[in-house]
Amino acid sequence: MTDKKPVVDEQSVGQELSIEQRATVGLSQGAIVRRRFLQHRGAVVSVFVLLFLVLLAFTSVGTVIGGTGKLTPDPTGSRLIVDGFRIPGWWGFTWWERYDIVLPGGAPTFTWWPFSFGEHPFGQDNTGKDVFARVMRGMQQSLNVVFIVGIISTVIGVVLGALAGYYRGWVDQLIMRITDVIIIVPLLILGAVLGQTIGGDAFLLAVMIGLIAWTGMARLVRAEFLSLREREFVDAARVAGASDFRIIFRHILPNTVGVIVVSATLLMSAVILLETSLSFLGFGITAPDISLGQIISEYNEAFKTRPWLFWWPGLFIVIIALCINFIGDGLRDAFDPRQKRVPRQRGLGSEIGNFFKAYIPGTRPGDGTVNK
Amino acid sequence: MLTFVARRLVATLLVLLVASFIVYVLTANSGDPLRELRGSRDPSAQDQIAYLSGLLNLDQPPVLRYFSWLGGVGACFIGQCDLGISVARGQQPVIEAIGGALGSTLQLVLAATILAIVIGVAIGMTTALRQYSGYDYVVTFLTFVFYSLPIFWVAVLLKEFGAIQFNSFLGDPVIPWWSILIIGLVMGFIASSVVGGELRTRVISFVSVGGGIAALLILLDVTRWFESPSIGFVGIALMSIATGAVVLFTSTGFHNRRALLAVGIIVVLTVILSWPFQFLFYYVNSPWTVLLVLAIMVGLGLLVGFFVGGDGKAVVARTTAIVGGLGIIPLVLDQMFIRWDEYVARIPLSNGVIATIGASTPAIRRVDDTWLNMLDSLTHMLLPTIALMIISLAAYTRYARASLLDVMNQDYVRTARAKGLGERTVVMRHAFRNAMIPIATIIALDFGAVIGGAVITERVFAWQAMGSLFNEGLQHIDVNLVMGFFLVTGILAVIFNVIADLLYSALDPRIRVS
Repeated sequence: MTDKKPVVDEQSVGQELSIEQRATVGLSQGAIVRRRFLQHRGAVVSVFVLLFLVLLAFTSVGTVIGGTGKLTPDPTGSRLIVDGFRIPGWWGFTWWERYDIVLPGGAPTFTWWPFSFGEHPFGQDNTGKDVFARVMRGMQQSLNVVFIVGIISTVIGVVLGALAGYYRGWVDQLIMRITDVIIIVPLLILGAVLGQTIGGDAFLLAVMIGLIAWTGMARLVRAEFLSLREREFVDAARVAGASDFRIIFRHILPNTVGVIVVSATLLMSAVILLETSLSFLGFGITAPDISLGQIISEYNEAFKTRPWLFWWPGLFIVIIALCINFIGDGLRDAFDPRQKRVPRQRGLGSEIGNFFKAYIPGTRPGDGTVNK
Repeated sequence: MLTFVARRLVATLLVLLVASFIVYVLTANSGDPLRELRGSRDPSAQDQIAYLSGLLNLDQPPVLRYFSWLGGVGACFIGQCDLGISVARGQQPVIEAIGGALGSTLQLVLAATILAIVIGVAIGMTTALRQYSGYDYVVTFLTFVFYSLPIFWVAVLLKEFGAIQFNSFLGDPVIPWWSILIIGLVMGFIASSVVGGELRTRVISFVSVGGGIAALLILLDVTRWFESPSIGFVGIALMSIATGAVVLFTSTGFHNRRALLAVGIIVVLTVILSWPFQFLFYYVNSPWTVLLVLAIMVGLGLLVGFFVGGDGKAVVARTTAIVGGLGIIPLVLDQMFIRWDEYVARIPLSNGVIATIGASTPAIRRVDDTWLNMLDSLTHMLLPTIALMIISLAAYTRYARASLLDVMNQDYVRTARAKGLGERTVVMRHAFRNAMIPIATIIALDFGAVIGGAVITERVFAWQAMGSLFNEGLQHIDVNLVMGFFLVTGILAVIFNVIADLLYSALDPRIRVS
């Protein structure tokens, strides 16, 4: 008896798979996604930059937990007390106290040559407050808002989108009409009205924005559910007696995770711009509390005399938003199965090479380029 | 098609109605409109509180107040608009406040949107056609950066940095050699990337475009053109020829002799007619003249195209009409620059030519002169429009690139290529039109972002426009003022939606059939 085990010629198997399939054969979904993500250089760098910024913001000036972080005057003296438990940081200054002005006008003490940070590297404002500490605290608040909004909006958007897409009918109609009503009002306008209502607290503002920023997510998840619910594995689950809850959350939802992750990331980059814009207008986080937009708003008039009050907060907003956008782009590339590999760089250099090769006997132009 | 648009219009209006209720109630609950008065020690404060409470019906719940407000809006259909009064603005009727504010916001929003669409689609398409080139990578990176820019930061930078730099440049217009070099190199790089092809072609396009622009800048510098800018006969001729060449290149190509001839005729006509039009512009000083001239030019274009076009009448007439319509731009610019010195003499000296505050110069507004006012709006609108445009620009660029890439990989594009059609015909006729379908839907979606951006931009540049209605209204919990703003932007949103739907159904025949 000969062994009936089919002989698999590796060569012939490989030929039937496309290049993309061959690159991922035998890997789990997670491994494929991770590998693709790590190939996106911008996204990987952005992850590290963002982590560095989060660490910098929270460790430098310390933070406040278990309280609102509001500043109230000490009944006995002129000092201000922070509401909540304060964890100190390694930076010597706080964001609310005034210090002696080191350089005239509070100019930054940071110098490139000789390289030194000095006492107040980002400068001081007109009352002597340390701008570095303020920017760090502002960054904490802005990042807090971004993450809280990201979580709340994602949860609401996913649940509503899943319900609308799975049940269709009147549930879908109702949820989608609510979405339409929220979408037609510009997000900044709705956010400003809600921000004015709650009056300047960072946490409440984040909750409020979270309650209105889920619409895009809901639409995307609904669209995914509408197509996925017709698939065979859903029928199989239903025949096996799975409850609706189980089908939605255990069977369909894991298949939409790519869409959800990508759109949550892009939502978060929009949220940091929204929060800073609201705070700039005075309808977001306001005076005793700090955010990056609020700092720019507070020092807006001082641009001509103290430009450093304006540069740093803006720069950090741009860097954070840019990092989140890049991570979102990397995730999109990683999760998108239609993703094609980018051909190797066809720079000007190789073309100049071809140009000259054409004049050397025995070579043809075009050999050096990589075909798609 | 009409039923499609009508159905969408009704649905949007209903959604807007519900949204207005929510915004009204939320705004009314966002604070106490009489807070300042309650804190005041003025003996008459009590009387004022009682008076204003009566005036605003503050004793009623917000839901009831909403319906009386809605009644006032409904009265607009019988010509008796009543949007309430604004407490924050000394009891000015809201309708009056809107009347004074709408114009400049509309100009700003329209200019920024149109520019963003045109430039964004152009950049997005060229990057898609030259995918994975250095130009593509640079633009993709820049769109990420633009996407991440907070608009208020950009606006403040433009105001405090751009305006001052540009004004001091206009004061002493010397272009430094290095900026000529950089501009020439960048333009040459863009041109060579967009043209693409063999290295030879790339070098030629790099040198001709980069060198040409550098030479133009040197010429402008040597002749001190920026001191008193003018276009003149030669300028009009050159600009018309350039417009004609670009339009011809994108629509039919130079090998179509009839189109070439027709465009040649319309360009010559533009140059010849510029002389009588100059007098027309000068003596009949009204915005309608501009529209009249536009109509004449487009009409002439259609006529020329019709008679010269031969077999391809429709295509040639469309091309010449576009050339004729665009030909009005150098004419208007020329007329504006003729009045430049007069304008500079009339504005306050301290401001500089590029204004950073307000939407117009009051002294100019009082003069009933179309051209001076046009120049004035232009110098005031320049920076806010750029600020507002940058954000949308990134979005349109990305969508246009993705959309065209998607379409270029479709089977029908391969079929078109296989038939032996030229690359231009494939891109412009077969791919472009289909690639625009998703863009049409984004116009409506992007509108909310533009309105939000306008509120911020107007705040930075201290415009007394719709944005300030919202800012003031919300700060003082002046519900009527906020709702005035919301009503106008809501109607604008509906209009944008309808435009998007019309474009959509014009581009996608499937909508028209069903």
